Amino acid sequence: MIEKTVAELSAALAAGEISSVELTQAYLDRIAHYNKTLNAYITVCNDSALAQAKAADAARAKGDTSPLLGIPLAHKDIFCTTGVRTTCGSRMLNNFIAPYDATVVERFNAAGAVMLGKTNMDEFAMGSSNETSYFGPVRNPWDTEKVPGGSSGGSAAAVAADLCAMATGTDTGGSIRQPAAFCGITGFKPSYGRVSRWGMIAFASSLDQAGPICKSAEDAALMMNVMAGLDEKDSTSIDLPVEDYTATLNDSLEGLRIGIPRQHFAEGLSPEVEQSIRDGLAVFEKLGATIKEIDLPNNHLSVSAYYVVAPAEASANLSRYDGVRYGYRCEDPVDLEDMYKRTRSEGFGAEVKRRIMVGTYALSAGFYDAYYRKAQRIRRLIKNDFSSAFKEVDVIIGPTSPHTAFGLGAKSDPVAMYLEDIYTIAVNLAGLPGMSIPAGLPGGMPTGMHIVGNDFAEAKLLNVAHQFQLNTDWHTRRPAALGKEA
Amino acid sequence: MEWETVIGLEVHVQLSTKSKLFSGSSTKFGAEPNTQANIYDLALPGTLPVLNKEVVKKAVMFGLAIGAEIGKRSIFDRKNYFYPDLPKGYQTSQLDFPTVGKGTLTIMLEDGSEKVVGVTRAHIEEDAGKSLHEDFHGMSGIDLNRAGTPLLEIVSEPDLRNAKEAVAYLKKLHSIIRYLDISDAIMAQGSMRCDANVSIRPKGESKFGTRTEIKNINSFRFVEKAINYEVQRQQDVIEDGGSVVQETRLYDADRDETRSMRSKEVENDYRYFPEPDLLPIEIDDSYIEALREQLPELPEAKKERFMSQYGLSDYDAGVLVVEREMADYFEAVAKTGGDAKMAANWVSVELQGLLNKEDWEIGECPIQADRLGTLIARIKDNTISGKIAKTVFETMVEDPAGVDEIIESKGLKQVTDTGAIEALVDEVIANNPDQVQQLRDGKEQVIGYLVGQAMKLSQGKANPGQVNQLLRDKIK
Repeated sequence: MIEKTVAELSAALAAGEISSVELTQAYLDRIAHYNKTLNAYITVCNDSALAQAKAADAARAKGDTSPLLGIPLAHKDIFCTTGVRTTCGSRMLNNFIAPYDATVVERFNAAGAVMLGKTNMDEFAMGSSNETSYFGPVRNPWDTEKVPGGSSGGSAAAVAADLCAMATGTDTGGSIRQPAAFCGITGFKPSYGRVSRWGMIAFASSLDQAGPICKSAEDAALMMNVMAGLDEKDSTSIDLPVEDYTATLNDSLEGLRIGIPRQHFAEGLSPEVEQSIRDGLAVFEKLGATIKEIDLPNNHLSVSAYYVVAPAEASANLSRYDGVRYGYRCEDPVDLEDMYKRTRSEGFGAEVKRRIMVGTYALSAGFYDAYYRKAQRIRRLIKNDFSSAFKEVDVIIGPTSPHTAFGLGAKSDPVAMYLEDIYTIAVNLAGLPGMSIPAGLPGGMPTGMHIVGNDFAEAKLLNVAHQFQLNTDWHTRRPAALGKEA
Repeated sequence: MEWETVIGLEVHVQLSTKSKLFSGSSTKFGAEPNTQANIYDLALPGTLPVLNKEVVKKAVMFGLAIGAEIGKRSIFDRKNYFYPDLPKGYQTSQLDFPTVGKGTLTIMLEDGSEKVVGVTRAHIEEDAGKSLHEDFHGMSGIDLNRAGTPLLEIVSEPDLRNAKEAVAYLKKLHSIIRYLDISDAIMAQGSMRCDANVSIRPKGESKFGTRTEIKNINSFRFVEKAINYEVQRQQDVIEDGGSVVQETRLYDADRDETRSMRSKEVENDYRYFPEPDLLPIEIDDSYIEALREQLPELPEAKKERFMSQYGLSDYDAGVLVVEREMADYFEAVAKTGGDAKMAANWVSVELQGLLNKEDWEIGECPIQADRLGTLIARIKDNTISGKIAKTVFETMVEDPAGVDEIIESKGLKQVTDTGAIEALVDEVIANNPDQVQQLRDGKEQVIGYLVGQAMKLSQGKANPGQVNQLLRDKIK
C-alpha cells in the first residue's frame, strides 16, 4: 500500500480498504527501518501522527471526504510546526520550537493530512546535495553512496523510499526540482506568490517558494489544491483565484507548443541525461505536441545573478539569529560582541557563513551598484527572455540537472556545486512555475525532465506532466536497493 | 571672525496607530515590558510583515499639510545593523522612494518676519525596542514593546540658521502634527524625537562646514541649549586651530553639554536594499484627493480666519492657533461669551497664565470653555465687573460650580441699583472735599481717584460706569 500514489491511497481510504491509522503505522514502521540509512527525517512524530490519523478516520466516519484526509505526509524542516521543533537543518535552530504553524502546514492540517515528521535539508536550504545539514547528509535511496540532491533532499528521499506518501519542499534556485530529479520523483515549484511563505523560514525572500514533492503530477495537483491561494499574512502572495488543478489534467496535448532552449542542450549536459529528455520529447510529439528550439540568451548569467541576489537577501534574513531571543547561544559570552560573533560562528555551518559573507559584501557601500543592482538588471533580462519565449511556446522543456545524482563528497568546490542549478535557477529569478518529472534511469539512476510554464500556468504544467506520466512509467519506478515493504 | 550656523533637523514622530507598522501588536505606551510584542515583533523565523495602511494614511496627510510631493510608489528598504533591541537585525525603512517628498514649513522669526524652511522628505520606518541597562546586574534587559511602532522621520533642509529658528521649526512641526492628530508628539515620552545636524562656516562662505549630529534631545528647551552649546564648541575648536570631526554626539541635559558618542570610527554601512517581503506602496490621485478633503483646518488658515472672522490682531490670532486644542477652546469661549476680543484676551492672558503656573495642558484645566464663556457673558451683561470677574476666575479653579452659582453664593453681583450707588457717591463726596474741588477746577484725572474710592466702599461690586456718571452729575 505505501508505494501507492496519493490519488490511489485517497481512493483506498475512501473505499475503506485501509484506515489512516493502519497506513500511518505502515509508514512509521518503514521510517523506523530505513531512516537510519537514509537520514531523510530529522524529527519523526510517532504519537502525534497516529493521533492525527485516528482523528482523520473519525472524520471520515462522520462523512468527511476531503481528498487528502488521512494521507501521511512529511514537511521539510523549514516549515514551522506548533510544538514540533523546526531546525531548518541548522545547529542554530536545533532547540527551536515554534508556537505557530506555517500557512502550508495549517492548510494540510485543515485538509486532514497526517504529519509523519520533519525532513532533513541543507542548512537554511543552502545547498544542492543535502550535505550542508547540521544533522548529516541524506542518502539517495537509489544508491546510498550518492546524494539525493538539495536542498529538499530529505523530502525527496522520503518520497522515493516510500517513507511518506507525499512531502512538502521549498525551491529557491532548484531545491524542489533537482532533488526530485535525483530521486526519480515529481517535484513542483509554483509561481512566486502562488503559495504562502508565512511560517516558512526565509532563505531568499524574493525567490523562495513552497511546493509539492510527490509520486505523480496528479498528486502534485491534489497537493496544490490545498497549498495554493492568497494569504493575508504574506504580502507577496497573489490574489488570484485558485483553480482546481485536477480539472485539466486530462486535457489533450494536441497542438501543444513545446520550446526547448538551445542553452539547455549545450556543453556540460551528460549524454545519457540528454538522451532521456530527447526520448521524452518524442513521447510528447506522439501526443500531438510540436517542438521548437528557442533561445534564452541570458541564461548563462542566471547563476551569477542568483549568487548575488540570494546571498544578499539571506545575509539580512539570517541576521535575526543572534542568540538574543531564541535558538543557539554560545556558552558564557563576555560581552555583546563576543556573543554575536561566537553564536553565529558556532551556530552556522560553513556554507551558510560563506553566503552571508558573499551577500554582505554584495550589499556593501561601493559594491552595491556593481553587484546587487546589476544582478537585478540581469533578473529583468532573464524575465524578458522567458516572456518572449512564451509568445511562441506554451511550455519550455529541458533537463532538470546536467547529470544524475553524484557521489557523496564528490563536489567540494562551492562553485561546482552552484553550477548544479544551471537549468533551474533562471525560473526562480523570473518567478515562474517549474517542475521536474522522472524521465529515465540510465545506469540505474533517475533523470529529471524540467518543464517550465508562464506566470501562473500551474494547471498547464500539471496537465503536460500528467499526460506524459499516462504514457510512460518512469514515475512508477522505485529504487531496487530498498525492499518494497519494510 | 564672524560665523554662520547651519542646522538641519531630523525629527522622528511616532504615528499614533492602534497597532504596529507591520504587526497587530498594540502600540500603547507604558505597558509591562514585552507584553506588546508578538511573533513578528520578536522576529521569529518565517514570520512576515503586513503593512498597516493607517500608517500610510497618516504619512500622506502630513505630506499634504506641508505641501509636499507624495510618492506614488514608495518602497521599503532594509537597513541592516546588529543591536539587541532590533530583533530582525535590520530596520525596515524607506531610502530612495519615501512616501513624502519635498515640502515646506513656514516659521515665524522673533522679529515677526516669516521664513520658509525646506523639508527634504518624510519617510516611514519602524521603531526599535529599548535596551534597559539598569537593574540587571551588569547585563542588559530588552523591552520589545516599542519595536515595530510606526515612525515618520521628517528631514529638514539645512535651512535653519540658529537655535531659535530650530525651535520655531520644531514647534511648528509639532503644531501641524497635533492638528492632523497623527501623533501624540510628546517629546518627554519619546513620541517626538529630534536629532540636530549642526555645522558652522565663516559668514559669506557657501560651502558647508563639517557637521556633527546631536542625538538624545528630548525637549524644545534642550534643543535650543544643545545647539547653542554645540555651536560654541565648534567655534572654539576651529578658533583654537583644530577642526570639527564628523561624528554623533549625545546631549547631556544635566551637564548641558554634548559628548562624543562614537569615536572616529568609520560610519556604519547599513547595506540598504529593497525589502523583498513587502510590495511597493502604490498611491493614486483619488486616494490623495480623498485625504486632502479630510484634512482639518491648519494653523495658518485658522489664523487668517480668526483675524477676519473675529477681528483679532495678527499677534493674538497667531498665539491662539499654535495648539489646535487651544484654538478650539478659544472658539468655544468666544461663542458662549459673545465677545471674541474679550475671549481672546481672557484665553491668552488669564487662562494661559494659569496653565503656565500649574503646568497644565488645556485638557487638564478645570476651567472648561463653557464656564469661561459664561464668565465673559456676565461681564458683558454687567452682572459683574471685569475686576470681580478675576476673583470669580480664581474661585473657578477650585470650585467646579457654575459661574452664576459662584457669583451668587459669594455675593459678587454688581450693584446697579441707582439708590445704593447714590449713597456711595454721596459718601465719597463728603469724605473727599479737596478732590471734589480739584475736579470742579477742571483737574479731570481726579475722577479716577473718586471712582476708585466708591468702588472700594462697594467692595468692587458697584458698576464703575454708573459711579462715574453719578459723580460727575453731582459735582457739576
